[in-house]
Amino acid sequence: MSSFNPGLILIIGALPVALLPHALRRVYLLVLPLIGLFVVHNLTPGTVVTYETLGLTLELLRVDRLAMVWGYIFNIAAFLAMLFAFHERDTMQQVSALIYAGAAIAAVFAGDLVTLFVYWELTAISSVFLIWAARTERAYKTGMRYLLIQVGSGVILLAGVLLWYNDTGSIQFGHIGIETLAGKLILIAFGIKCAFPLLHNWLQDAYPEATVTGTVVLSAFTTKLAVYALARGYAGTEMLIYIGATMTAFPIFYAVIENDLRRVLAYSLNNQLGFMVVGIGIGTELSLNGTASHAFSHILYKALLFMSMGAVLYRTGTCKGSELGGLYKSMPFTTGFCIIGAASISAFPLFSGFVSKSMILLAVAEDHRWFVWGTLLFASAGVFHHSGIKIPYFAFFAHDSGHRVKEAPWNMLLAMAISSFLCIFIGVYPQMLFDILPYPVVFEPYTSAHVINQLQLLLFSALAFTVLMLYKIYPPELKSTNLDSDWIYRKFMPCVMQFAGKWIVRFDRGVRSETLKVLDDIIALIEGQHGTKSMMSRSMHAGTMALIVLSVLLVFLVMMMI
Amino acid sequence: MTFLSLNMSVLAVIVPLMAAPICVLLRHSGLAWAWATAIAGITFVLSIGLLQHIMANGTLVYEMGGWDGPWGIVYHIDEVSALVVMIVAAIAAVVMPYAKLSIEREIPKERHYLVYCMFLLCMAGLIGMAVTGDAFNLFVFLEVSSLSSYVLISLGNDRRALTASLRYLIIGTLGATFYVIGLGMIYMMTGSLNMTDLATSLPEVQDTQTIHVAFAFVIIGFGLKLALFPLHIWLPNAYTYAPSAVTAFLAATATKVAVYAMLRLIYTVFGDVNPFETYGLRGVMIALALLGMFAGSLLAIFQTNVKRLLAYSSIAQVGYMVLGISIGNAIALEGGIIHMFNHALMKGGLFMAMGCVFYMVGSTDLKDMAGMGKRMPLTAAAFVIGGFALVGTPLTVGFISKFYLVQGALAEGWWPIAFMIMFASLLAVIYVWRVVEVMYFQKPADGDLSYNEAPIAMLIPTYVLIGAAVYFGTDATLTSEISLNAAQTLLGGSK
Repeated sequence: MSSFNPGLILIIGALPVALLPHALRRVYLLVLPLIGLFVVHNLTPGTVVTYETLGLTLELLRVDRLAMVWGYIFNIAAFLAMLFAFHERDTMQQVSALIYAGAAIAAVFAGDLVTLFVYWELTAISSVFLIWAARTERAYKTGMRYLLIQVGSGVILLAGVLLWYNDTGSIQFGHIGIETLAGKLILIAFGIKCAFPLLHNWLQDAYPEATVTGTVVLSAFTTKLAVYALARGYAGTEMLIYIGATMTAFPIFYAVIENDLRRVLAYSLNNQLGFMVVGIGIGTELSLNGTASHAFSHILYKALLFMSMGAVLYRTGTCKGSELGGLYKSMPFTTGFCIIGAASISAFPLFSGFVSKSMILLAVAEDHRWFVWGTLLFASAGVFHHSGIKIPYFAFFAHDSGHRVKEAPWNMLLAMAISSFLCIFIGVYPQMLFDILPYPVVFEPYTSAHVINQLQLLLFSALAFTVLMLYKIYPPELKSTNLDSDWIYRKFMPCVMQFAGKWIVRFDRGVRSETLKVLDDIIALIEGQHGTKSMMSRSMHAGTMALIVLSVLLVFLVMMMI
Repeated sequence: MTFLSLNMSVLAVIVPLMAAPICVLLRHSGLAWAWATAIAGITFVLSIGLLQHIMANGTLVYEMGGWDGPWGIVYHIDEVSALVVMIVAAIAAVVMPYAKLSIEREIPKERHYLVYCMFLLCMAGLIGMAVTGDAFNLFVFLEVSSLSSYVLISLGNDRRALTASLRYLIIGTLGATFYVIGLGMIYMMTGSLNMTDLATSLPEVQDTQTIHVAFAFVIIGFGLKLALFPLHIWLPNAYTYAPSAVTAFLAATATKVAVYAMLRLIYTVFGDVNPFETYGLRGVMIALALLGMFAGSLLAIFQTNVKRLLAYSSIAQVGYMVLGISIGNAIALEGGIIHMFNHALMKGGLFMAMGCVFYMVGSTDLKDMAGMGKRMPLTAAAFVIGGFALVGTPLTVGFISKFYLVQGALAEGWWPIAFMIMFASLLAVIYVWRVVEVMYFQKPADGDLSYNEAPIAMLIPTYVLIGAAVYFGTDATLTSEISLNAAQTLLGGSK
């Protein structure tokens, strides 16, 4: 039985990577997460390792069933990402990916808020190198923005933790709740990493700019770590249900109009997080199980989708929907794996997404929140539309773009194959996943109601996609179509969606550009006062200095006289 | 008690003071260096002994020539003094081995002995300021350290070093004069110069105009020496153009000792007066400290010379210390004191890293840092670690200081100040990052990325300080114990 944080295997293991010869290094990188998985598997729930410093009790390792789920999947994700990146020769990416994954695992097993904070910041700092590794000017700037926001989240977390410590005298990481100021701050910190609505921009900004392999790594850890933290600290917080529901719905509008397919995936990642957040907000055993299992299966299929798009980007050099198409001929395996990922995210029965998403939906229904339930259904349809159909359709089918490329390298295919296998395995035989969930599972995914419900949803969503495609191609004919009750989904819904989408996009863009403008103005103002040519930083005449000294004396004297 | 432990306090001052002229007699560069290094080492050993003695036996009072209390000059050493003596001696002991190569590169050979002589004098003055229990004696040692530091700065190889030194001389003298004026007024009202004696007699006259004005004068006098915003203007030029080893030593010690003197004045001499409350100055001091934190950091962000950038960052860091003093509860004071120690480690280390760069490249301009991550990987790594400490990343000393400062502000219920401490740390991220970015992500203009690391004799001392900045960040038991004791001793004076 180990008594150290399993995240350290990857963090410390990352240090000698740069020294190893290339061939050995590749194997070493694959073995590390497997060791991590083994160690996590051998942990006993209930183990706590503490360390006293500065009058605080740090719980360097705390094992319980909730943490174990994340421990498993993070190690699996690290392994898959390393396999996918097997051909990669960039040491910087390998080291930072390992430290990043290790920090996320370590954060999950951290039992107190200070330790959590340390690893929280470490994930931020290590992950930014995956974005910079693209080594373009654009990636550099994106990385800086990403880093600012991520470190900002850490600073807010630290402020919240200090307040929390001040209020309660404890730094143990248990239920926090939003009643206190400390709780609110910590929620904001978690919310930034979890890409809550209006705090989400960094995600769609950064993930598509990272390298082919970097995005796969990024997609797995940061946001899911935040989901874990929320599940630990804010289970049953009603506000999260509405935040989550909003998160599921609003990215759909963007995803529909977005052309960069990796960015589409980033939006759908945001949408999937919404389901998990809703599960946390409901806070019953069933819903928390749902969140944990959804995080588990989500990491797998989202990584699979990012891998398939990464493979496309790797071979064709672009990820724009308008420049792709017809790739199924040259990349048949990738196409197949992508469709499996798409089916999983769309929650087709027999795929992993179905099992976990039904759990959350059932929990919402049991809580009698019909409006939220409806929103989630709408979001499910939307996911199917943009991730399930749009991604494979535009990348591999649609019009032939003329790309004649080789199939993805063997290591990418193998990584995708393993992910696909896991996606289907969980979908067909969910018991394996249920056994590691935090609470005992009394849930049967394959009831006829679940299956029929889901299939109806998917088929109508597919219909809507077809209609929209037609709508784009033959607008005059559609306008003269006689409409009756189907008017709602043929005319009204697309109109509302377009209208709402347009306004949401416009509003969001406006807010962002205004904020950026204000920021630029502030920076210019500060530079004017503090820049090298400004009054403040010029060398001064001794007389001026003496004058300043006298003015300070005057201020002191006046203050004393009052 | 042995002779040594009894006289350690005096020896720590006398050894470097007496040794300094011998450097002039030795003349030879190498000999003078070896002599000064040996003296710095001996003083360091003495200072450790002194600190241990104080930690075990409590405050030590040493009467010069056997003359008692208020009449004779006494040395009065408690935990704070011993800690400051240890900081000065430790930094000197680390900088001296480093100085040899650095000074050889930057200063003509015939002047080397002057550097070492002045270095020892400056050290004696700084240690003297820390141990003395006599307010006028404090002024004497202040002048010893200041005059020698003017000379040290003027020896820099840039022509601007002379003007920088002259400006510092004018302003420094102004500060010292302010202090003497204030002290004169205090003497006029109380008839005493002994700090303990003043502490008992001052409360009787605390409400007179004379003492009000006197307090303002002494605080501003030392405000100048410790570079409290907006009295900092001498500092950037002085630190930028002084020889690298001198900058490392002065940046790590001189301002810290001035902070110590201010602590002493506020919490011992004026301890029973409780001047911040009585004179209503707490608000002004906190405001100046916060202004210094922000203005210093913002100015640092826009600098194009890294030494200058670090100098501005020092102004911000002094702001943290003054903030701790001004908040004035035990935790904040502990934060201020521990930050004196911590900042000495990190800033000393950072300036030494820049000294290594100057040794190899002959410049500390930001644009010349390009590619340092490849060309001087060890130096660049030292800078990065020191930068982390400056930002206050956990596992470095900076985190410990800020942790206590924030706790201190929160204990008073001052959330906004706690937030400003955090926010100012974010500014530090920006200016540290600017350097890191250039070192690791930019290619030098000539495209030369060949390995060209600084000599090991300079790297080892640099890493001693940087390593200490990490060590005392992971295990702060010792430093926090000392500074907590120190804070309690100081607050014990003002009930």
